[in-house]
Amino acid sequence: MNKNIRNIVFIGLAFGFLFLAQNSLDQYTIRVLNNIAIFIILAVSYNLINGVTGQFSLEPNGFVAIGAYVTSLALLSEDMKWELFQLEDPSPLILALNLDLIPALFLSGIAATVVALTLAFPVFRVRGDYLAIVTLGFGFIIKVVAINSPEFTNGAIGLNEIPSIINLYWTGGIAIITIMVMLNIIYSKYGRAMKAVRDDEDAAAAIGINTMKIKTYAFGTSAFFEGVGGGLLAILLTTISPDLFQFFLTFQLLIIIVLGGLGSMSGAIVGTIIVIGGTEWLRVLDGPITLFGTDYGAHPGLRMVVFSIILIIVMLFAREGIMGKKELTDFFKKKKDQK
Amino acid sequence: MILELKNISKHFGGVKAISETSFGVKKNQIFGLIGPNGAGKTTMFNIITGNYNPSEGEVLLNGKNITKMKNYKIVREGVARTFQNIRLFSSMSVLDNLLIGMDHVTKYTYFETIFRFPRYFSAEKRSKEYVLEIMKNLGILEFKDELATSLSYGNQRKVEIARALATKPNLLLLDEPAAGMNPNETKELAELLFKIRDEYDITILLIEHDMKFVNHLCDEVLVLDYGKTIFQGDIKDAIVDEEVIKAYLGDFKHA
Repeated sequence: MNKNIRNIVFIGLAFGFLFLAQNSLDQYTIRVLNNIAIFIILAVSYNLINGVTGQFSLEPNGFVAIGAYVTSLALLSEDMKWELFQLEDPSPLILALNLDLIPALFLSGIAATVVALTLAFPVFRVRGDYLAIVTLGFGFIIKVVAINSPEFTNGAIGLNEIPSIINLYWTGGIAIITIMVMLNIIYSKYGRAMKAVRDDEDAAAAIGINTMKIKTYAFGTSAFFEGVGGGLLAILLTTISPDLFQFFLTFQLLIIIVLGGLGSMSGAIVGTIIVIGGTEWLRVLDGPITLFGTDYGAHPGLRMVVFSIILIIVMLFAREGIMGKKELTDFFKKKKDQK
Repeated sequence: MILELKNISKHFGGVKAISETSFGVKKNQIFGLIGPNGAGKTTMFNIITGNYNPSEGEVLLNGKNITKMKNYKIVREGVARTFQNIRLFSSMSVLDNLLIGMDHVTKYTYFETIFRFPRYFSAEKRSKEYVLEIMKNLGILEFKDELATSLSYGNQRKVEIARALATKPNLLLLDEPAAGMNPNETKELAELLFKIRDEYDITILLIEHDMKFVNHLCDEVLVLDYGKTIFQGDIKDAIVDEEVIKAYLGDFKHA
């Protein structure tokens, strides 16, 4: 009972924060917060397959791309589509697709899940490094498909003028829902089985866990939220093209979850705030710098140098990431024990 | 007969790990599988638990053919095992390790998990109670919140046995349960195994090198050497059997 109250208070505080932020902060900060919220969705769901289940896969850019395209196409009006599609006429299927935001995001998630489930069967026949390579290939395939099917995606030009109907309630709210779903999964027999697969796959199978099924569940769930996150990313950026969903996106998510601590949900959140927030807040370094009256001039790129150094320092002092495998709540538990 | 193996052979390329071995284990028996290193004992375990498919022959569990069944499905048929080198889930507490054993008994769907249906709470509660009872029986209750791999070797063994018990087996396969234990711990383990057999009404098949332990525990033994059965029957007859002595100590009569 105590736990329930704590959770409700926590969620209430989170929504309170969202309300205050949306109403009192300037446009730029809100945009950064939106970005953070979206990356929390992506990182937390990527963490489920990579950190919790321990399947080193490199595919989220593919699922994010699917989600972004589905949401954009569902939100763009028919007239807009005729205007945008210059390479080839839009296919009737694309023209017929017209939804509100919530169903559009849901459809994005479903689309990514369906792809994930079809992908899971061939992909999980391999383990470890091989899995990484196979899933890496998938990200490339999605990009190539997006470029080469102009009747669906408008090819390399991409889609513009996606309605910018984003606000912190959408991104923050969905981030909170994502985290809750992930925690519900982790603290259940499915979550335990996922961790068992990570720790020792053969031993897990030897005590009755269908490891293939568990990996597919984790992969499908992670794909669903990556698809939803992709949809939100599209309405935040209002313009998408295949180039946006490079491997770099996956790489960024990988940095986030490794920095935060593989397998820790709070770690993924902390990691997102540091990586996405950090790259924004360090922007000062890219401008002209004046220290103690001396003008050192502008050094574009200094931001990334400093950021890399910070990453190296963090990884040196926290080998398992900032949170390790622990959650924030674990620290409270420890305190109670000591009393 | 709870377990019956018929003409089992297993080849790895040209190596014959097991050739044409047949034996049966009766209900509530403690059956020992012994033999020198490399005799094919662990291979036999892997065949029974479905990690390997035998090259020839079949495995029957309560009369049901489980030869080609996947390993996780065989667990659901009531066969649980432990490993020669302890394999606990290193990042989890002892309690969670045992709960993973309950995975197929804890019944709720993925959907029910996400939305926290009442069935989630009741099933989790039931599993937890059962697991705690096992821990109490095996005397590892005090370690329930500790990291499984932080325990002493002997206790890790107990956790592994407890985890196997959590799958609600009829047949328990133990791969060298007394390895690395001192005589006191070994004695304690033997008593524990008797207790487990009686309380949980199960059959135990074990591999062991400690002959004193086997002698004390096993109703029947099967001696393997180079994949062939060289003796089956009472342990007391085994230790005076010429073939067995030859396998363990070499053929000193003609040397």
